[in-house]
Amino acid sequence: MKVTVDQDKCVSSGMCVMNAAEVFDQNDDDGVVVLLIPDPGPELAEETRKAAAACPALAIHIEE
Amino acid sequence: MSTDERLREENSGKVLASEQISADVPEYPMERAARCPFAPPPQMLAMGETKPLSRVRIWNGTTPWLITGHEAARTLFADARVSVDDRREGFPHWNEHMLSTVNKRPRSVFTADAEEHTRFRRMLSKPFTFKRVEALRSAIQEVTDECIDAMLAGPQPADIVAQLALPVPTKVISEMLGVPYEDHEFFQEHANAGLARYAAADAMQKGAMSLHEYLINLVKEKQANPAEDAVSDLAERVTAGEISVKEAAQLGTGLLIAGHETTANMIGIGVLALLENPEQAALLRDSDDPKFIANAAEELMRYLSIIQNGQRRVAIEDIEIAGETIRAGEGIIIDLAPANWDGAAYPEPDKLDFTRDAGQQLGFGYGRHQCVGQQLARAELQIVFHTLLRRIPTLKLASPFDEVPFKHDRLAYGVYELPVTW
Repeated sequence: MKVTVDQDKCVSSGMCVMNAAEVFDQNDDDGVVVLLIPDPGPELAEETRKAAAACPALAIHIEE
Repeated sequence: MSTDERLREENSGKVLASEQISADVPEYPMERAARCPFAPPPQMLAMGETKPLSRVRIWNGTTPWLITGHEAARTLFADARVSVDDRREGFPHWNEHMLSTVNKRPRSVFTADAEEHTRFRRMLSKPFTFKRVEALRSAIQEVTDECIDAMLAGPQPADIVAQLALPVPTKVISEMLGVPYEDHEFFQEHANAGLARYAAADAMQKGAMSLHEYLINLVKEKQANPAEDAVSDLAERVTAGEISVKEAAQLGTGLLIAGHETTANMIGIGVLALLENPEQAALLRDSDDPKFIANAAEELMRYLSIIQNGQRRVAIEDIEIAGETIRAGEGIIIDLAPANWDGAAYPEPDKLDFTRDAGQQLGFGYGRHQCVGQQLARAELQIVFHTLLRRIPTLKLASPFDEVPFKHDRLAYGVYELPVTW
């Protein structure tokens, strides 16, 4: 699984961290998404998918 | 028959046909049924069963699209061709006041699209990141316990709204923004005047103006004496020349109102829903699993969808959706309640069920304008409901259910008061 994020689209909802805190973080100043693990292993796949589905700005892209 | 006469006849036929169509267009907003006060308006649910979007007629006679389906709502919320810019022709305003003041109100996070919106939004997001809110949990727990202590020490029946639902979010948001708590009565009163659903233009104007002036003064005060709070963050941007004092006040007002009124309503009506569903309340009370507790709050959000009156938008290009075409310049109203009760997304939507996955509920909206304070609201709801059920397991309603006063007339649905005993 390969993950990319679009920081320009991000609206700092925090939905990614809420669903997959190991994979995503938020910038301390404005809450913009920070990608911690661009290639999460199978043990993180489900929560990463949940995070992408929950992102209100469609700023998370996953390639399986 | 002359050509003229034939044309006249054809035209009158067309007029009759179009009058026929427009007479069938239902009026919006719609009323909930008195016997099912948790449910979305029955007329809206019936429309949603046929198709996920249909025309409605609003106060000024225009006929924007009402979106009732969950998938259609999500899709349109996330579509960049759907604008929140209320100055655009065809925007379906809430009421006359909003239309008449459209050019007087400074642009805000609520009415800006694209990059302008992102700029405003990022000024507000700092205190609401997931981790910052997690760090507030012990403070929220403390405020909640203090309110429950006071309630237990006082007379019965007690009013959940006055003793728990309002003070918890008010104290938390006041502290976050840096608004002195002693001013909370002032802003509660004025914020409420601005939120009346069918308010007269002058009453709304008065409430909105006093609150705006209060925030202008607070921003100036924080410019002179900055502290660690959200209004100080905004004041710093004013000093840096990034935004005007008026813009900062507008952003602060939004946070203030959204931060106490909505959560308070959700707590009040949420407690009532728990009292009416004792087996679900028991599941929540007995759980120690943070994921279950979190999902219960999402399910209450789905079940109750307290933001009524619809999220207002306007199409800036033609949009094909669910077999219909929304034309550029046509108004769009996304109503969260029927979308959250869409049987295609949530089987048996009229059942409060903490065991279902309510993760995609739309109570906070969706898309780039999704609630900026959602993580704070989640933490508050998770803590308040669970703590109340644990600390007062014998809690019960102290008045007949059909005498509970519901906020049918407010932008945010809820209960005016909720008398309880234990």
